[in-house]
Amino acid sequence: MPNEIVLSMKNISKTFPGVRALDHVDFTLRSGEIHALMGENGAGKSTLIKVLTGVEEFESGEIKIKGESQTIINHSPQEAQEHGISTVYQEVNLCPNLSVAENLFIGREPKRAGLIDWKTMNRKAAELLSKLDMNIDVTKALENYSIALQQMIAIARAVDMSAKVLILDEPTSSLDDNEVEKLFRLMRRLKADGVGIIFVTHFLEQVYEVCDKITVLRNGGLVGEYETEKLPRVQLVAKMMGKDFDDLEAIKKDGKTAGKSSETVIDAQGIGRQGTIKPYDLQIHKGEVIGLTGLLGSGRSELARSLYGADKPDSGELKVNGKTVVLHTPLDAMMAGMAYLPENRKEEGIVADLSVRENLILALQAKRGMFHPIGSKEQEELANKYVKLLQIKTASLDTPVRSLSGGNQQKVILGRWLLTDPDFLILDEPTRGIDVGTKTEIQKLVVQLAKEGVTVMFISSEIEEMIRTCSRMAVLRDREKVSELMEDELDQNHIMKAIAGGGTDE
Amino acid sequence: MNKGKAFIKRLTGYRLFLPLFCLVLVLFSNLIKTPGFFEVTIKNGVLYGYIIDVINRASDLVILAVGMTLVVAASGGTDISVGAVMSVAGAVCCFILSGGQQSVNEFVNPYILGVLAAILAGILCGCFNGFLVAKLRIQPMVATLILFTAGRGIAQLITKGQITYIRVESYKMLGSSIPGIPIPTPVFVALIVVLLTYVLLKKTTLGLYIQTVGINAKASKLMGIKSAMIIFLSYAFCGLCAGISGLVASSRIYSADANNIGLNLELDAILAVALGGNSLAGGKFSLLGSVIGAYTIQALSTTLYAMGVSPDQIPVYKAVVVVVIVALQSTELKRMVSKLQMNVKSGKKVA
Repeated sequence: MPNEIVLSMKNISKTFPGVRALDHVDFTLRSGEIHALMGENGAGKSTLIKVLTGVEEFESGEIKIKGESQTIINHSPQEAQEHGISTVYQEVNLCPNLSVAENLFIGREPKRAGLIDWKTMNRKAAELLSKLDMNIDVTKALENYSIALQQMIAIARAVDMSAKVLILDEPTSSLDDNEVEKLFRLMRRLKADGVGIIFVTHFLEQVYEVCDKITVLRNGGLVGEYETEKLPRVQLVAKMMGKDFDDLEAIKKDGKTAGKSSETVIDAQGIGRQGTIKPYDLQIHKGEVIGLTGLLGSGRSELARSLYGADKPDSGELKVNGKTVVLHTPLDAMMAGMAYLPENRKEEGIVADLSVRENLILALQAKRGMFHPIGSKEQEELANKYVKLLQIKTASLDTPVRSLSGGNQQKVILGRWLLTDPDFLILDEPTRGIDVGTKTEIQKLVVQLAKEGVTVMFISSEIEEMIRTCSRMAVLRDREKVSELMEDELDQNHIMKAIAGGGTDE
Repeated sequence: MNKGKAFIKRLTGYRLFLPLFCLVLVLFSNLIKTPGFFEVTIKNGVLYGYIIDVINRASDLVILAVGMTLVVAASGGTDISVGAVMSVAGAVCCFILSGGQQSVNEFVNPYILGVLAAILAGILCGCFNGFLVAKLRIQPMVATLILFTAGRGIAQLITKGQITYIRVESYKMLGSSIPGIPIPTPVFVALIVVLLTYVLLKKTTLGLYIQTVGINAKASKLMGIKSAMIIFLSYAFCGLCAGISGLVASSRIYSADANNIGLNLELDAILAVALGGNSLAGGKFSLLGSVIGAYTIQALSTTLYAMGVSPDQIPVYKAVVVVVIVALQSTELKRMVSKLQMNVKSGKKVA
């Protein structure tokens, strides 16, 4: 009973213009199983999910689901839901201004005499959530709760709508460890209830923590299905990348040699902004990679944004290359030689409908000014250069950037800033939601840039990545810069302790 | 065969194919009912005929649609005050040219002064809208509702509640024709506005910025594009267009009729943008698409008129045709059709 197949996809193929997105891919999910779907960006994970949920159509192959004799083709997420397939995305797609109960029962509200039976709805909602160990006020608006809780509410809704198959697409990207743990508890519970869960993530650790099986895709093709226990991490990475894992140690050694200049590029004295970041002092030297570390919400991005003028500081003094400057807007900061890759790629980074070329040249164009348009020939040259340099995978320069995979979109934004030839480059979570291969590429690039004399501020939630790339770190806690760690102090233990703070012994 | 197919595919894949196709369809439907639709004659040295009428009458709308396109693209909202702003511009112009009298037979002030004042009035109205939308972040519909209702009142105040007549031949030229030139003047005005706007969008980076801001205002800000400024400019430009359009409309009736100049034209302008295949949610836009949309609307009106439909019934037929055109361009409908085809195919396979 527990090992019954709930979903089988066979020989699924799908072509996008110029790209073979899925090439005869098989995928099997059993009930009571958490099955990781792994692969680099552009491997076909998202496409496979989209085909399954009816967001995209597929050309050939068949999908079978338990309890239905015929093969099914979903044409819309609604139809998929009717077949018992529910999806919860990284971005919660519920209505933040409606109550939790409304969100849970929207479209299927319990009714009495044709009107919504609020009492029953609220009671049912509370029951449903408490079954899943969430004891919250269901009459409050959804936006009052953390993203993690919202996500769990979305999952509760999906499961309550009789999901046989639950797809979790990068649910943990914006959660902290504690929240991830809660989510995992919920997943295990659902697993015990016999739900088949497809888990898409970039975090290897999480895969090994909760998943029973792993299916690996690469370049639109199926690499294989494996039992988690029998597949060591290094091998998983190797299978995803199709080659032996890059020796990351090499990067680290390279990195250590960089950043020895004494020339101060950024000198911040008492810069702060009420409510977002407490006043801090920070000196950054030419050619160094300074990391900002701390828990989610500790003020890392806020510090970066206050330097860049994205959120104008209300105190303190900033010197860039020895000159006092006041940055009212990002454009001022750009003119002072800064560049800022924001944390939220989708909302603050890409201009989805514009082409790769336009996305690449935008920042440089803004810097040059409205009446000095970059000619189409120059645009093409610049764009071509950076597409090559960063190995951006795109059908053409005129492809809308939205049709690129996440990692390639990130490279486009990175290219956009490199094009402005910055002295001081702020990278806020540049590798979030990106596959291992691209991650390594970006880390290498950062180290390379530093060597060439660019000063880099690097923000990441992954400590290992920070250790690999940074030559110094500033630690933040509760919206305050609490300490700095020098090169020789950069190891996991030191950093953890600095982040946690408080007690001297542990 | 394959080549032909590829050609058709390329043709239909062209962004402006559908809007153009609709325009041609509307025009050619006349071949059945009104064979004389495309006949052009010359009367008093000026071209006459239904088709000339379409091109001439559409001019006001074309000019409005140009401004509206930019507003829609940059802010994802619409400027519903343009019709009222037209009447303000007309009133300002006539007030200056008549020196405040109700009817004059010669200009009291130089013609150019009236024109400049009208255009300035249009720009000021646009700036007011732009300030509300870009700086105070009021929703475009609400912000422009203020001038939508107040605009005609302001125009009435200027004309003191009466229709100001400028009975001067040279005043009529902008709305009719210049002696010796067979093509009606409004056609040239529209052409110049479209061309200048096109050049402005291409030669500066305004076009790129407007799209960028319309698609992602947050990202624009972080890469140094002043999104509030861009949105403000687009509204100011829309006001400028409304001013010019108001001048043409006022010249057609050589008077300032505050109640009727540009009445309901804002809705047609928005419709023209939509018919041109532009998303009303903002972002990527095609100026040419909106222009085609404007001509389509006028072609439709003239066609119905030529068929002898009574003026009170025209809106009904117009609505029906508009629904069809919009449906033709809907991607959702395309998806439904392709799904249907797929279902038919897979149904065959199963059987």
